[in-house]
Amino acid sequence: MKGKTPNRIRSIFAHLVLIILSFMCLFFFYILFINATRSHADLQKGFSALPGNYFFQNFMNVANDGTFPMLRGIVNSLVVSGCSAAICTYFSALTAYGLYAYDFKLRKIAFTFIMAILVMPTQVTAMGFLRLITKMGMYDSLLPLIIPSIASPAVFYFMYSYMQSSLPLSLVEAARIDGAKEFRTFNQIIIPIMKPAIAVQAIFTFVGSWNNYFVPALVIQSKDKMTVPILIAMLRGADYMNFDMGKIYMMIMVAIVPIILVYLFLSKYIIAGVTLGGVKG
Amino acid sequence: MKQKRKSISYSKWGYIFILPFFVCFFIFSFIPLVDTVRYSFFEYYRSGLKDIGPNFVGLENYGSLIKSDMIKYAGNTLVLWIIGFIPQIVIALLLAAWFVDARLKIHGVQFFKVVIYLPNLIMASAFAMLFFTMFSTNGPINSILISRGLIDSQIDFMGSVFGTRSLVGLMNFLMWFGNTTIMLMAAIMGISPDIFEASEIDGCSSVRRFFYITLPLIRPILAYTLITSIIGGLQMFDVPQILTNGQGNPDRTSMTLIMFLNSHLKSNNYGMAGALSVYLFLVSGFLCFLVYRMTNNEDMDSSKAAAKKAKGRRK
Repeated sequence: MKGKTPNRIRSIFAHLVLIILSFMCLFFFYILFINATRSHADLQKGFSALPGNYFFQNFMNVANDGTFPMLRGIVNSLVVSGCSAAICTYFSALTAYGLYAYDFKLRKIAFTFIMAILVMPTQVTAMGFLRLITKMGMYDSLLPLIIPSIASPAVFYFMYSYMQSSLPLSLVEAARIDGAKEFRTFNQIIIPIMKPAIAVQAIFTFVGSWNNYFVPALVIQSKDKMTVPILIAMLRGADYMNFDMGKIYMMIMVAIVPIILVYLFLSKYIIAGVTLGGVKG
Repeated sequence: MKQKRKSISYSKWGYIFILPFFVCFFIFSFIPLVDTVRYSFFEYYRSGLKDIGPNFVGLENYGSLIKSDMIKYAGNTLVLWIIGFIPQIVIALLLAAWFVDARLKIHGVQFFKVVIYLPNLIMASAFAMLFFTMFSTNGPINSILISRGLIDSQIDFMGSVFGTRSLVGLMNFLMWFGNTTIMLMAAIMGISPDIFEASEIDGCSSVRRFFYITLPLIRPILAYTLITSIIGGLQMFDVPQILTNGQGNPDRTSMTLIMFLNSHLKSNNYGMAGALSVYLFLVSGFLCFLVYRMTNNEDMDSSKAAAKKAKGRRK
């Protein structure tokens, strides 16, 4: 009884802060949406809180623009991010399982090594990477944006932690007793158990890859292979003031909408997944 | 005898399972690293269409980098990271503590979580482009402020050091506080409710509970948050690059280390890019070591404990 009033005040304060923060998060997207629906002439007059009726026209302008092939860029980005997410989570889970479930001589060294490179930014090797893929003939292709995600220490660490918290080794033993081969055990028993962790990390990897700008900007040269962030950067570098502003807002909108759509479908899994895994009791 | 052969065959599978990771790491990270380090000792750049070098110059590249603006860019990177990180961790801790506090009866927790996590998913470059257009002198923010009578004339946000850095910090904060909140929430929810109940019975106030129970118990996840944030901070590139079109304006005060590296890579100055990469590698290696020591003592212990438990069960 005693602590009831302070809690009420704290609760009101907490709600207030939350509403302000949510407003901050949504406000910019609201402006983006409004401005993407207005024509260039309309935008010059100043900001209006209500949407215009130029949405479709702006979209068509973006879709038909040969200088900034935005839709092509989205397809490229989807391919790169989708493949990266798939192979990154699969191989990270595989690596984590290899180190978690098996005892072998180099186990501790391998684990320590991965933990040691956990924080290593990929940028420090960018120069050698660029030269290497040029020598391998993969310059200006999408492959070098996908394959290196097999070795993702951070995702590995997440998977490993998740296994520690929710994968009893007795389960592996049981599968062995039932005669399952090691790969089968992994694919048919471990992967389903890891689903929450895989879902979370797949989304993180997808988003990370979708948003990645540094490496793609160095690797990709031709326009038909450009991913969305490179196109956005090109837009920023172009002679910006002569542009149709409605079109610019629409381009930004097109760049972020796919992710928002994915998020709307999967937000439940992400947030529930983070709550389930990642933390060892 | 049979038992022994079996265990050997299992350890083989351990190697097979971790092989792809290490092969991939070796090809796409280790070889490039060696190559990068090697060329850092060479004079090797492109002048027009001609390649100059590679000529061995020893540590010359390292020396000329120190004399150049690298230190200043390192300072910029640090400042930009701190402006974003401090509010991020404070707000995230606060929100996480509120969300899990049943007595506060927060309504629509799920809604708030979805909303505050949203900016994390937005492409940093598109977000920076959006901020650039919105905060430009005749963009909507100026237009709103003027029409509300809050300011008399347009503010040139990106014309001042304070404005540009604040915008970068604000973007980093918005993009990351939701992610951190959810991470910390998961950590706090991992704490046994018995501990909280016991503290409540003992008459512990919510502030004391936060500082003496919650904070110490979520230290591993706080460290993880710090790791990811340090990585992110050191790698900061997209937001300032797009916001300032790679110039780091005004007067290169928002030029980060990676932007500097990028400009060397773009101009094919392999020697300088190599030396800068090595500096970055040493710094991140050092940070790595600190954080590794911070987190890993407990981690290895718990994994050992888990292994022991599993072994015990096996027996």
